[in-house]
Amino acid sequence: MKRHLISAADLSRDDAVLILDTAEELARLADRPIKKLPTLRGRTVVNLFFEDSTRTRISFEAAAKRLSADVINFSAKGSSVSKGESLKDTALTLEAMGADAVVIRHHASGAPHRLATSGWINGAVVNAGDGTHEHPTQALLDAFTIRRHLSPDGSGAGQDLAGRRITIVGDVLHSRVARSNVHLLSTLGAEVTLVAPPTLVPFGVESWPCEVSYDLDAVVGKTDAVMMLRVQRERMNAAFFPTEREYARRYGLDGDRMARMPEHAIVMHPGPMNRGMEITAEVADSDRCTAVEQVANGVSTRMAVLYLLLGGNESAVAAARTEESK
Amino acid sequence: MDAHTSDAARSVLEAPDIARVLTRIAHEIVERAKGADDVVLLGIPTRGVFLARRLAARLEEITGKPGRIPVGSLDITMYRDDLRLRPARALARTEIPDDGIDGRLVVLVDDVLFSGRTIRAALDALGDIGRPRAVQLAVLVDRGHRELPIRADYVGKNLPTSLRETVKVQLTEEDGRDSVLLGLRGTTPADGK
Repeated sequence: MKRHLISAADLSRDDAVLILDTAEELARLADRPIKKLPTLRGRTVVNLFFEDSTRTRISFEAAAKRLSADVINFSAKGSSVSKGESLKDTALTLEAMGADAVVIRHHASGAPHRLATSGWINGAVVNAGDGTHEHPTQALLDAFTIRRHLSPDGSGAGQDLAGRRITIVGDVLHSRVARSNVHLLSTLGAEVTLVAPPTLVPFGVESWPCEVSYDLDAVVGKTDAVMMLRVQRERMNAAFFPTEREYARRYGLDGDRMARMPEHAIVMHPGPMNRGMEITAEVADSDRCTAVEQVANGVSTRMAVLYLLLGGNESAVAAARTEESK
Repeated sequence: MDAHTSDAARSVLEAPDIARVLTRIAHEIVERAKGADDVVLLGIPTRGVFLARRLAARLEEITGKPGRIPVGSLDITMYRDDLRLRPARALARTEIPDDGIDGRLVVLVDDVLFSGRTIRAALDALGDIGRPRAVQLAVLVDRGHRELPIRADYVGKNLPTSLRETVKVQLTEEDGRDSVLLGLRGTTPADGK
């Protein structure tokens, strides 16, 4: 993480722990009467969304506003993009408006990287999900949620996730959330297992820092957190599994499977959930499901990312290192 | 911490001095507040928090009300006016006592009073948390060179310094020993204090 957050793989363990610790402090703001800090006053954050999203955009918007930044929301629908404007021309427009940070979601994998490295804009670029590539802030908020739940003191400040077993289940092929989580969680020392039908396991998964299994029942008994992925029908243009019922039976999480998980283990879902598909209503509504909490944690985590990228005269993470070396 | 700090720096206060100074400040607080019934101590991280806890213990001794002096911490990082001059820093803990600060006498506690900018930031932070009856400031060392119209209500030691000098407070909780060191800039890591 230099000035941009493009990929969870760019984060070192110390960077990631710093972000989580910062998020932990910022989360306490939620208990205050005035949930706002003056830190980014006068800075402009542009939410550049080429793809539909409710929770991620709202989450980034809330995070930027709580830090007193000015927020400009830009969605491709109803903008010049629908008239055929290129990413470059859009970027130049944002630069002319003085954007200090651009939070970008794009249907093409690599668009945030292009934006960050092309020299079109000077501001920080934060990847809010690009194609089937990465969604680093989702991985950070997931790691934050896991750390909070699994640490004895309820925050886990300063700690990583060493030795934790995390299982990611479902449509890994189309999931940028899975990709970012595999990188981040393994950087934090967790053992990650992917569980999916063979057709939904991406090509080249052997090089990822994780195990792969095709059998959910074999894994579920010895895991600290199960992360259910949404079956992304909108990205599926081929038949990846015979029927939805069969998928739900083999790879869905129902009450029986949840009962076989260790007592402390949590169920996570990045949302939006397909109830009855990858997760039953019984599980989704149980105390062990952290889906709603993940949304709340998303705001704190994104505040931490924006603060560390924009709060100083240069990106934060390098700062922590210089402080250690002095 | 840098190895030459202790060699090049001169000690101005040692552990017994610090203990005496805190006892005196505690008595002054009780005297001025006519008891310490509505006092809330808020330390500014890192070392102000330890000083606030020590002061709370003394206040409880003096007033004979063990465990009755609320003490917390107030991180001012997000309110600093020099954030853009340096890389973003890690945050410290803000812990406000359960009963809050509305209508209470808040005593801010810090180790060194220098430019006054930290206290300015602390006052802004307090405004977002509640509305105290009054705010006072207790510091272990006042080294002068104020850049804002701010003064301390309780001062452990007035230490006239030049801008080339650095003041470093060490406390057992953080540094393994109690002392206040006066050094020269360049020989100690710049602490800004």
